[in-house]
Amino acid sequence: MGIRFILMVNKQGQTRLAQYFEYLTLEERRTLEGEIVRKCLARNEQQCSFVEHRTYKIVYRRYASLFFLVGVDNEENELAILEFIHLLVETMDRHFGNVCELDIMFHLEKAHFMLEEMVMNGCIVETSKANILAPIQLMDKTS
Amino acid sequence: MNPFSSGTRLRDMIRAIRACKTAAEERAVIRKECASIRASVSDNDNEYRHRNLAKLMFIHMLGYPTHFGQMECLKLIAAPGFPEKRIGYLGLMLLLDERQEVLMLVTNSLKQDLNHANQYIVGLALCALGNICSAEMARDLAPEVERLLQFRDPNIRKKAALCSIRIVKKVPDLAENFVNPVVSLLKEKHHGVLLTGIQLCIELCNHSEEALEYFRKKCTEGLVKVLKDVVNSSYAPEYDISGIADPFLHIRLLRLLRVLGHGDADASDSMNDILAQVATKTESNKNAGNAILYECVETIMSIEDISGLRVLAINILGRFLSNRDNNIRYVALNMLMKAVSVDDQAVQRHRTTILECVKDSDASIRKRALELIYLLVNESNVKALTKELIDYLQVSDQDFKGDLTAKICSIVEKLSPDKIWYIDQMLKVLSEAGNHVKDEVWHALIVVITNASNLHGYTVRSLYKAIQKSADQETLVRVAVWCIGEYGDMLVNNIGMLNLEDPITVTENDAVDVVEIAIKRHSSDLTTRAMCLIALLKLSSRFPSCSQRIKDIVTQSKGSLLLELQQRSIEFDSIIEKHQNIRSALVERMPVLDEATFSGRKAGSILAATVSTSLNYVNGVATSAAAPLVDLLDLGADEPAAAAPTFSGGNFLQDLLDVGTSPFPSQSGTTQAQKNGTDVLLDLLSIGSPPPENSSSAPDILSLSQDNKISVSPLDSLSSATRPSVQASSTAMMDLLDGFGPSPPPTKDNGPAYPPIVAFESSSLRLMFNFSKQPGNPQVTEIEANFTNKSSDVYTNFIFQAAVPKFLQLHLEPASSNTLPGNGNESITQKLRVTNSQHGKKSMVMRIRISYKLYNKDVLEEGQISNFPRDL
Repeated sequence: MGIRFILMVNKQGQTRLAQYFEYLTLEERRTLEGEIVRKCLARNEQQCSFVEHRTYKIVYRRYASLFFLVGVDNEENELAILEFIHLLVETMDRHFGNVCELDIMFHLEKAHFMLEEMVMNGCIVETSKANILAPIQLMDKTS
Repeated sequence: MNPFSSGTRLRDMIRAIRACKTAAEERAVIRKECASIRASVSDNDNEYRHRNLAKLMFIHMLGYPTHFGQMECLKLIAAPGFPEKRIGYLGLMLLLDERQEVLMLVTNSLKQDLNHANQYIVGLALCALGNICSAEMARDLAPEVERLLQFRDPNIRKKAALCSIRIVKKVPDLAENFVNPVVSLLKEKHHGVLLTGIQLCIELCNHSEEALEYFRKKCTEGLVKVLKDVVNSSYAPEYDISGIADPFLHIRLLRLLRVLGHGDADASDSMNDILAQVATKTESNKNAGNAILYECVETIMSIEDISGLRVLAINILGRFLSNRDNNIRYVALNMLMKAVSVDDQAVQRHRTTILECVKDSDASIRKRALELIYLLVNESNVKALTKELIDYLQVSDQDFKGDLTAKICSIVEKLSPDKIWYIDQMLKVLSEAGNHVKDEVWHALIVVITNASNLHGYTVRSLYKAIQKSADQETLVRVAVWCIGEYGDMLVNNIGMLNLEDPITVTENDAVDVVEIAIKRHSSDLTTRAMCLIALLKLSSRFPSCSQRIKDIVTQSKGSLLLELQQRSIEFDSIIEKHQNIRSALVERMPVLDEATFSGRKAGSILAATVSTSLNYVNGVATSAAAPLVDLLDLGADEPAAAAPTFSGGNFLQDLLDVGTSPFPSQSGTTQAQKNGTDVLLDLLSIGSPPPENSSSAPDILSLSQDNKISVSPLDSLSSATRPSVQASSTAMMDLLDGFGPSPPPTKDNGPAYPPIVAFESSSLRLMFNFSKQPGNPQVTEIEANFTNKSSDVYTNFIFQAAVPKFLQLHLEPASSNTLPGNGNESITQKLRVTNSQHGKKSMVMRIRISYKLYNKDVLEEGQISNFPRDL
């Protein structure tokens, strides 16, 4: 329900982060990612950020060299998901400080932790940046 | 230790992978890493375990198999330290899923962690559980989760709430346990808990009716109050997004209100005020504000009707539509589609804006707008809208054309006010985008054309003009060629002019030109060329002066590599050359295709083998059967496959069996309709082949009948409904593959002997059957029928026909002659072959009909033969 998957893909089509909330085999994932990425990369600035793909919608936004794609059910509020993407980016920005693609790549597990605090089982859990980052900062302090 | 051990840190591995220039290099690096990880796994190495797992996760994300790392996750989870547990759970969630059995092993660790002192670890466990638990795990751990719903720390509570959602989904029986805690969750202050509590509530409401009722009664006012608080709350830096405090919470609350208010007037009433407040007060210059408005509009649309609110909602949507941002417009179009079912009028007002959106440069918006227009079209605006859409068709791009064409065609079909407009629009569509038009559509067009008999001239002239301009649209060519073939004389002689037409001069040669170009174009496919050949045959009959030219064109296809074309051209050539006398009868005007049964047939089956043809007509069978026989004139006249005359033989047979004439003149005759009310004896396709005409050209026609028999029956039965089939076969043969040439001489002996029977006897006629069976083929019986004339007169034009029930198959050979001299001087013999699929269980029965001319008067005799030997 709600969100089905979250992907971060760079402009060459390489996946930088992938979180799926429904079960898909490896093969399916790769084909899915390939198809969607091709569709989104081909669109230009003016076009709207919602793409319909099979039975669900993809909401995407491009930040610098990275595409954030969220696959949602058809009933979901697309504008809210756009806000969610922006919230995700802002949270990562606050933690890493001027986050860029390399940050995500080299600290993949931290990015995952953050995402887990925000979304669980396809539903948005927490939207306050302070609450999200508190456990992660705590963990960083202890380790 | 292994020199290539997991001493490499995660980032070094990532750097190495990034440095690879080719995919093969990348695979090599990954293989090496996997090997070292595997080595360290089997070594049971503690130090680098979490590092290995991190690497494995990266590799998994790239798409490589990593199942050897699953046990590592478990070991990490069991470790005491927080970082290890963290990585372990992360790995668990990424690398595993609920279907793996390894998951069961984790249940115990999860249980311990759920009771851990450290709340973060509890949080971890809840997170993992919430993401991938399976049904058994859910059952096991549900009580723990329930307890945690009341934990002191809000973070845990919120996670527990989301975990419960998953549990409820997996194990619906446990849902009741969660209903009570939810009520207290909904009174929370902490936004996170509130958010998740709402989602749990929505899930429970979707899940069961009683829960919905319960929440409706207890929580609606509370929720309205919460929403009011949130809307009116002052600036809260934590949750603020572009000036609005926690839009996510807004949206979730609105959604829950939607679920609660749907279908219930009281709840909807209580939400009235707050919805109006949200709708009017929210700023819409930021995306967050728009998101809230969108959700608000959706809620207003779904709850019970409060007219003031609805107007407000549609106004908001109208504002959205004219927003420059594509996202907003898309969302508005989406919403309007749902609004159409509720309030059509209001949406109609925005029709022009929506039409603009159809032409937008953005593909998603175009699609949505087109669907919305399709819902909006009705009788009053269909003409204007269709004009707009067709204009746009000319400039739209390729992938959109398919969609657009399909929609235009269905709009035109459903709502066309009159036939001439329909034909006009379809012609325009075909000229523009004929290649995208589906087969049913142009079949339907042809059906309509034949039904509009006053418009035949107009249609064929418009088609002629159209094909001059856009000859590259395949479908247009097909329709045009068919019409020119059918109504070529109207084209040339300007028959049936309507007032609005200008006269055009088209000579016979021009018409033939068009068809010739079509057949010669190398991009024409098989169907088009086949249709051209048929059209040429028709034209050769209607324009006798061009006959020689047509013959030349047809001859050119004789050597075609495509069997269908070769066959047709050879047959038609022989018709043109040798059989001028029957040619005009062959290609008479097509009867009107019945639209109702056509659309019924469209949903129905593929056409089967064809039926008796003009030979029946020529043989002047008894007049009572003449009416259905007129339909049999579609021999040679090509027609869209769906309206095949397959069962006009059924009509014929209806008369034969005195079941009453079928009402419709056309050959549609779905078998079901025919079979109603008749009993077993209705094997339509086993009409015997009438003996050839007794003219001097008897041998020729015999050969023609042989040819035609060969011609298309097997192909017809094999062809799909979309191929126009030449109804040129002379006999209806159920045993299709027996239709080739005269059957082999029956081997009279070597079978069990059956006594001959007197099948039928009347005052003037006797019919004897002699049986024989071939060995090894007990189901097939060869019958030799002998007709003897008991009177002293000569019978001419003697035709014998027979019908058998469905479990039998009948095959009739041509008779030896069709003149029966009197006094039993000579007899006519005719061979039949019957195949009994129920051999041994049912015996044969047959109904027969004999017709002949006595002093140029038609006589008809009928009877039923049931005295076949048993076990025949």
